[in-house]
Amino acid sequence: MDTSRSYLEPSSFSKKMAAAIIIVYAVITLIPISWMVMTSFKNVDSAISYPPEVLFEPSLEGYVNLFTNRSRQSKEYLDSLPPPKNWYEELVRSREMVITGPSKFLGRYSNSMIIGFGSTFASVFLGALAAYAFSRFRVPLKDDLLFFILSTRMFPPIAVAVPIFIMYRKLGLGDTHLGMIILYTVVNLSLAVWLLKGFMDEIPKEYEEAAMIDGYSRLQAFFKVVLPQAMTGIAATAIFCMIFSWNEYAFAVLLTQFNAQTAPPFIPTIIGEGGLDWPAIGAGTTLFLLPVMIFTIILRKHLLRGITFGAVRK
Amino acid sequence: MSVKKKFKGLSDKAVGWLFIGPTVLLLLAINIYPLVYAIKMSFTNFYANKIGREPQFVGLKNYIKVLNKEAIWEKMQVTASFMFWTLLLQAIIGLGLALLLNRKFKGNELLTTLIVLPMMLSPAVVGVFWTYLYNPQVGLFNYVVNFFYDLGSFDMIGSSTLAPWAIVIVDTWMWTPFTMLICLAGLRSVPNYLYEAAEVDRASKWQQFIYITLPSVLPFLLLALLFRGIENFKMFDMVVELTSGGPGSATELASINLKREAFEKWKTGYSSAFAVILFVTIFGFGNVYVKVMNKIKER
Repeated sequence: MDTSRSYLEPSSFSKKMAAAIIIVYAVITLIPISWMVMTSFKNVDSAISYPPEVLFEPSLEGYVNLFTNRSRQSKEYLDSLPPPKNWYEELVRSREMVITGPSKFLGRYSNSMIIGFGSTFASVFLGALAAYAFSRFRVPLKDDLLFFILSTRMFPPIAVAVPIFIMYRKLGLGDTHLGMIILYTVVNLSLAVWLLKGFMDEIPKEYEEAAMIDGYSRLQAFFKVVLPQAMTGIAATAIFCMIFSWNEYAFAVLLTQFNAQTAPPFIPTIIGEGGLDWPAIGAGTTLFLLPVMIFTIILRKHLLRGITFGAVRK
Repeated sequence: MSVKKKFKGLSDKAVGWLFIGPTVLLLLAINIYPLVYAIKMSFTNFYANKIGREPQFVGLKNYIKVLNKEAIWEKMQVTASFMFWTLLLQAIIGLGLALLLNRKFKGNELLTTLIVLPMMLSPAVVGVFWTYLYNPQVGLFNYVVNFFYDLGSFDMIGSSTLAPWAIVIVDTWMWTPFTMLICLAGLRSVPNYLYEAAEVDRASKWQQFIYITLPSVLPFLLLALLFRGIENFKMFDMVVELTSGGPGSATELASINLKREAFEKWKTGYSSAFAVILFVTIFGFGNVYVKVMNKIKER
């Protein structure tokens, strides 16, 4: 009998089998994402060829189409133009089109950034304050308040969208960055409070008590002792809030149109008239998903906590 | 207690209110106020696009209309079957993957991170790129299916029998990692001595799974399903971009129907009543579910 390993340890064969199945699953699950990234480097013809092309000649057409508006022109007109100044003009000309200007993509992308960062900062700041109070002080109706904060997350966004729409119309906040920042801050607050309370609970009370004995006020102790200690938790929470704001669609599509529209409602419109510009969709999707993928890798240790509002901590 | 008074600055009580106040106020203003407003509107015949027209009180008329409308029950059925299949598949596949990942082989962490990626993506954007994968002429999904089993030409999004499955597949692809991660945490929380004792008692591996592993993971799995259940009851973004509720109304979930009534037909009073009904449903089910979950945990 093999006594060299604990009987709790799975056998090396069963480990290998498990690894094999997991690898197969990982490969299958990543195919849709990789396919989108690959499509972003195809040209329009290659993206609509059947059977789908796995090997293809890389092209930046998708990215050029993503960032520009173009119009189709007659051959005579194109011949009458001076030769293209750069590679992307040449690429567009080869499709018998001319560039008429930059597309809205950059604007939408930066709206996503502004609204994402703004709301993340606000919800983490307010969330950290509330979380600290819930973690350290005896607050009347504490559990009810905490549950109330969590329950706001259960509202279907559409259910409150009409009143918010009307309210924003009255206040002049409709289709503005500020309006969206406030809205996303509120949606993220529940997550921020719950997650940060968990992180703050883990910081020993003795730290700030010692600081207060040394003459710090409660506020000073919070800002100079507790916040620096909670930095990892705050960073993880911030990334979760950022990802939510970045990905949010329902409010964005209902409450913004021109000025403050974020990328998610915009990306589907890139497809163009013929409905065939998949490389541009791929390019927009790739640029949009890339930050989230990087964030996910940074976050991997806190993922579980984040997705369960701190209920499961591992 | 008296020690605390020696510290300088604001009292703890003042700091407490100062810290919690803004959060509660903001939630009241942007979450509770709109909800109360929606409840108020649900008793009127208000149309948000007709400014200046004074809404009239109509009592429970909107609620009666919603509950008597056959189409609403159809939407609820579409939502229920979407929830049933996604939760079932995600429970089974998620738990299976967690059991495998729990064998702690090399590269385990890296693979977990890779598998988790889909659920962090924007559901709306995921919906957009799956329309490409499902494209009946050039879609990769259709190609792969035909490669293994020749179905000829089929249209996942355009066919009213296949479209409900199209959204189930995408949701399962996206959110299985969620149940997987939570189940994995559950598996890791089982203390080793339980298995050691079982070995001493000569319990078979199967018995260990049924009597130790499963009961320990169950509360975690139920928690994961609660989260997914709430989210999928509200499901909007991914399905809107993938099928926009179609073809016909084959994938028109409750939220999508609500959006149509509220933002396309502008029947504010009526749609508010519908929203309140949905909200009460989700809250009611959620509460019952939590009670059941706690009972199971106590056992």
